[in-house]
Amino acid sequence: MAYRLGVDVGGTFTDLLLFDLGSGGFWRHKTPSTPHDSSEGILNGVNAICAHAGVTPAQIDFFLHGTTVATNAVLEGKGARVGLIVTEGYRQVMQIARSFVPGGLAGWIVWPKPTPLAALEDTFEIPGRMDAQGNEVRATDDAAIRAVLEKLKAQGVEALTVSLMNAYLNGAHEKRVAELAAEVMPGVPLSLSHVVLPEMQEYERTLTTVANASVRPIVGNYVRNLREKLRGAGMAGSLSLLRSDGGLMSSEKSEEHPVSLLMSGPAGGVTGALWVAKAAGLKNILTLDVGGTSTDVALIENLEPRRVRTTEVGHLSVRASSLDVKTVGAGGGSIAYVPELTKALRVGPQSAGAVPGPVAYGKGGTLPTVTDANVVLGYLPEALLGGTFKLDRDGAKAAVQTIADALGIGLMEAARGIIDIVNENMFGALRMISVQQGYDPRHFALMGFGGAGPLHVNAVARLMGSWPAVSPVSPGVLCALGDATTRMRTETARSFSRRFDETGEAEVLAILEEMAAQTRAELAAEGISDADITSQFELDVRYEGQAFEVPLSIDAELLKRDGLAGVLARFDEEHARLFTFNMDSAHELVNLRAVALGPLLELEAPKLPVGNGDPIEAKLRDHRLWSNGAMQPAVIYDRAKLKAGDVIPGPAIVIEMDSTTLIEADCAGTVDAHGNILINPKS
Amino acid sequence: MPATIVQANSTPFKTVPIDPVTLEVIENALRNARIEMDATLVRTAMSPGIREQGDAFPLIADHKGRMIVGQFGSYIGPFLEGFDGTVEEGDMIFLSDPYSVGGAISHSNDWLVLLPVFKDGRLIAYTSMFGHQSDIGGMVPGSMPIDATSIFQEGVRIPPVKIWKQGVYNEDLVKLVMHQSRTPAWCKADLNALIASCRVAANRVVEMAARFGDDVFASATDLLLERNYRAMKQLIETSIGEDKVSFEDYICDDGVGYGPYKIKCTMWREDGRVILDFDGTDPQSAASINFFLNENMMKMFFGIYMIMVFDPQILFNDGYYPLIEVRIPKGSLLKPNFPAALSGRTHALGRLFDILGGLLGQKTPEFLNAAGFSSSPHLFYAGTDKNGKWFQLFQIGFGGIPGRPMGDGPDGHSLWPGFTNVPNEFLERYFPLRIERYETVADSGGAGLHRGGNGINMVYRFLEPGVIAIHDDRWFVPPWGVNGGEPGVRARKLLVKEDGTEIVLGNKLENYAVEAGDQLHFVTWGGGGWGDPLERDPALLAKELTQGLVTVEGARRYGVVLVDGAVDAAATEKLRAEMRAARGPIQTFAFGDIETLRANCEAETGLPAPTQPVWQKFAEAAE
Repeated sequence: MAYRLGVDVGGTFTDLLLFDLGSGGFWRHKTPSTPHDSSEGILNGVNAICAHAGVTPAQIDFFLHGTTVATNAVLEGKGARVGLIVTEGYRQVMQIARSFVPGGLAGWIVWPKPTPLAALEDTFEIPGRMDAQGNEVRATDDAAIRAVLEKLKAQGVEALTVSLMNAYLNGAHEKRVAELAAEVMPGVPLSLSHVVLPEMQEYERTLTTVANASVRPIVGNYVRNLREKLRGAGMAGSLSLLRSDGGLMSSEKSEEHPVSLLMSGPAGGVTGALWVAKAAGLKNILTLDVGGTSTDVALIENLEPRRVRTTEVGHLSVRASSLDVKTVGAGGGSIAYVPELTKALRVGPQSAGAVPGPVAYGKGGTLPTVTDANVVLGYLPEALLGGTFKLDRDGAKAAVQTIADALGIGLMEAARGIIDIVNENMFGALRMISVQQGYDPRHFALMGFGGAGPLHVNAVARLMGSWPAVSPVSPGVLCALGDATTRMRTETARSFSRRFDETGEAEVLAILEEMAAQTRAELAAEGISDADITSQFELDVRYEGQAFEVPLSIDAELLKRDGLAGVLARFDEEHARLFTFNMDSAHELVNLRAVALGPLLELEAPKLPVGNGDPIEAKLRDHRLWSNGAMQPAVIYDRAKLKAGDVIPGPAIVIEMDSTTLIEADCAGTVDAHGNILINPKS
Repeated sequence: MPATIVQANSTPFKTVPIDPVTLEVIENALRNARIEMDATLVRTAMSPGIREQGDAFPLIADHKGRMIVGQFGSYIGPFLEGFDGTVEEGDMIFLSDPYSVGGAISHSNDWLVLLPVFKDGRLIAYTSMFGHQSDIGGMVPGSMPIDATSIFQEGVRIPPVKIWKQGVYNEDLVKLVMHQSRTPAWCKADLNALIASCRVAANRVVEMAARFGDDVFASATDLLLERNYRAMKQLIETSIGEDKVSFEDYICDDGVGYGPYKIKCTMWREDGRVILDFDGTDPQSAASINFFLNENMMKMFFGIYMIMVFDPQILFNDGYYPLIEVRIPKGSLLKPNFPAALSGRTHALGRLFDILGGLLGQKTPEFLNAAGFSSSPHLFYAGTDKNGKWFQLFQIGFGGIPGRPMGDGPDGHSLWPGFTNVPNEFLERYFPLRIERYETVADSGGAGLHRGGNGINMVYRFLEPGVIAIHDDRWFVPPWGVNGGEPGVRARKLLVKEDGTEIVLGNKLENYAVEAGDQLHFVTWGGGGWGDPLERDPALLAKELTQGLVTVEGARRYGVVLVDGAVDAAATEKLRAEMRAARGPIQTFAFGDIETLRANCEAETGLPAPTQPVWQKFAEAAE
């Protein structure tokens, strides 16, 4: 009997979700994270959940893991010391970056420039030059390369990268450096730009290659350590990591290509939402993942999440496929304040974080946060389930009162104001990925998860007109669910940069087939049989001269049938949807990508017993909360006792171990067959 | 004649009370709409100037034309005052002539689209955006002839006209305009992009008004302006004195041999308002370096600098305009008489920011930044390639950010908001060019406790014969240092022929023929230094030596002696003591003296010194 285990390591908790592929049963578990060595927390969790399910680690065939280890290495500047070899004349490519200074007119006065990921003193030039057609203009020189490698070796770099001008068209010089590096610096991990990212734009390609090299040692150590511990605990199954684009890759592949892991964390939530959406019969979903300091949002259309070609981490914008997740600095810990000069009410992006945290947590926080406002308003009951944790409502009130005083309004109005503003910030992020991309949010449901998502999902759905508002089953461990339920994925990309009238179907197809063979071979090497592999293609198209490409997915049959003309027609349609106009300019085929996908997990979500529609058996107690300008009577329910078909009239609160769902006064939540709560306006 | 606003529904907006939360929500929503304008533009525009370099500016204004969100301040007021026509539902205004809008846009290359936003028959807001067009005809590719003597030589001039009139598109107008351009495809796409951005923002405004109510929306925009007024009033009272302070700086030359040109500004507070008086600024130039400065734009620049220097948390709109008065003498470099040429205006525009910095920092040197604005250095390269295809490049360069109170100025970065470089691989793919070097110049940043950023050396190898033009400044009068910091190194342009012959080119140059194989070293300015260089940590210089950012010789400007890559502590201490003794007390500003610069010009720059301009009387032509 096969078991799949999804594990998501967060800042505070490690979440686990174990699936029994045979029965469809599942178990979930939360255990404190162990930041000094995450594998300890993971192992604790594995042992606990196995005991709980009555299995041994040896029975787990698939260990699937979303991790922020690469992200944190970048954000905290803890990457490896990277040596960089560039073309003569380009030593400062990382120092100059793109000359961009954020922050508007005069923003340079206050901008702290980040230090390049590869230090200038570890960057060296070599002779040799390719032109923009990939022809060699000047030969490179072995002696010069050796000299540079010796210097880097002497300086003690921990990883090596090579990024030469126009290498995306011809990697011969980079390969020569690799050959010599194997002699001079054996054992030092090497990343070549034409391998990591064979695409135009020297800064982005260099940055991506350097970022990859920079996180390689840390990710490598992490993965090897985890693998050893798991093997030690008797787990013999495969270990895969979640990529930023929502697919899985083997732990071995992630050691080589960790740049694909930078958004691994948030991707888990989106893939989890995808799985829930399928079970709930929803096709179009906006996701709202509300954490302590920030909120991640993403768009899923027709059960396919939107992907982008850049991964944004901190100040870095790396070229690696990623789910289109936008992050705003608005979360439960976001601090509310009133600046002296403007007397405006601001919420975030400063956050109280986990320490000292909101005032209501009683861990030393003194500044009013979103969580405190939720407590004051009665949306977060003082006593959570199990009674292990009690919220300090008086402390929260005192803190929010400072805001009320500064604005000259009442306590409850101030608290509600904080919530309205944080909701509005989430709304702004959701608009960026929906309306701004030409999607009508009224055709989407909104799914709230993470610790605080289900608290805000109803109000934000109202702003968006996105119904139903969904509180998924186990919203607190949705990332682990996503880790457990997604599929293997790999891709490769190539710059093409030609007008449509300069190429034809045959040429494009030949390249795509070659790329498909390459990606299928990668999955085959992971032990997936060829029959289980699906290939997809993506073409990036634009009007010649535009900076923005529209990615179009296509398969070989469709391309054969409709030809490039069919691609053009789809581009025009998509361009009009995005920007409201078309042009009679020539079209350019910019990039080609091939994606290979492993088998889809066909797994029925477990069902709840069916009730009579009345949630009374799940009622815990009566309650009062702030709604429509006054305190109103409400009811608190225990989520574990709800049955399928129960209809919960608002205002109501549904609590569980790690999350709280708020149903507003003029809405009602219906429990579906799998335990998801679908909230709609009472009509 | 002011414009006539035609509304089917002219009910005035009621002033209604707004709670602080709604106000914040509306402000947020407006800010998001503005971000959406930028995003739409960048994704749909086509010319490298707009899409890669971000040379375009969005604005959302209230129904009276006052900017609520945006960047360069509202030009709608001056436009409405000068527009002899109607503003009606379904209209969209299109213009490019600076003289028709009181300098609200400053050269004819900037095309501006203005969309009055109506809801239920009532004017509720304006959205607008202008962006730099690659070519609008005229005597040179790129349409910015530095040696122009009248605006008629600078390409098509578009007075305020309606591109849409009550919902009807004027296709003939667009055809006529596009016919004047050497790059009609880019201009068409860029114009489409400007229009699409304005429409997106207009939709958002209407949605907002529908969501909150029209009166709430209008009252909220009033309050947002008022909030800004209050904040700025307080800032002015605490930061600007009643004593007059003056500052002057120079444009190096006018491209036809004369210079430098002085810009002078005097600032003081009077009855709670700030006066900015440009009396003492040199008269207008016979060439194109004139900058038709709109008073509102100056207020905006002033406001932004106040905020950035003293309190970056404040958000920004037109609300504080009544607190500032700007006086610009007519016929001066900053208010030239029609039809003076304007296409070289970027130099004076850049210089204003250095002057603002110098003015604001005089009373509070700890807030002072060094100088860094050259302008935005332009390179044009155009011709016909082997296959008979026309190519035309317009590129903006970057240089050293000044030394700042918070630290060193970044090397080779942009002082302009949102600008980025064009990737060199992109240039090489789409133009007959190879970029042989792209690096910053060691020692070019002015020495200081916080040094100025280094300028950039970009070496273009031309692969086809063609013509180039260059617009740059700060090649004669260096960017000054402050609080003991030294000036940055000046800009320089060098053409190296295939046989190795080196030709020093002027920094303002038109229609210069280049051959295939020529290499142009396009070297930009370094930022001025901030604070005493003798106080800089010697270890930092040793590090920067290994980074290639300073040389052993350059380190001596800091009194630091580097031997075999390491600091010689004893020699450093000795040298620093000598330098301290020799220099006397630290001055707030370190300028070059014009007469000394003039005397040494040829030896130091390879170029003859500019000649002191002779002022002519420019009669104002009848329009």
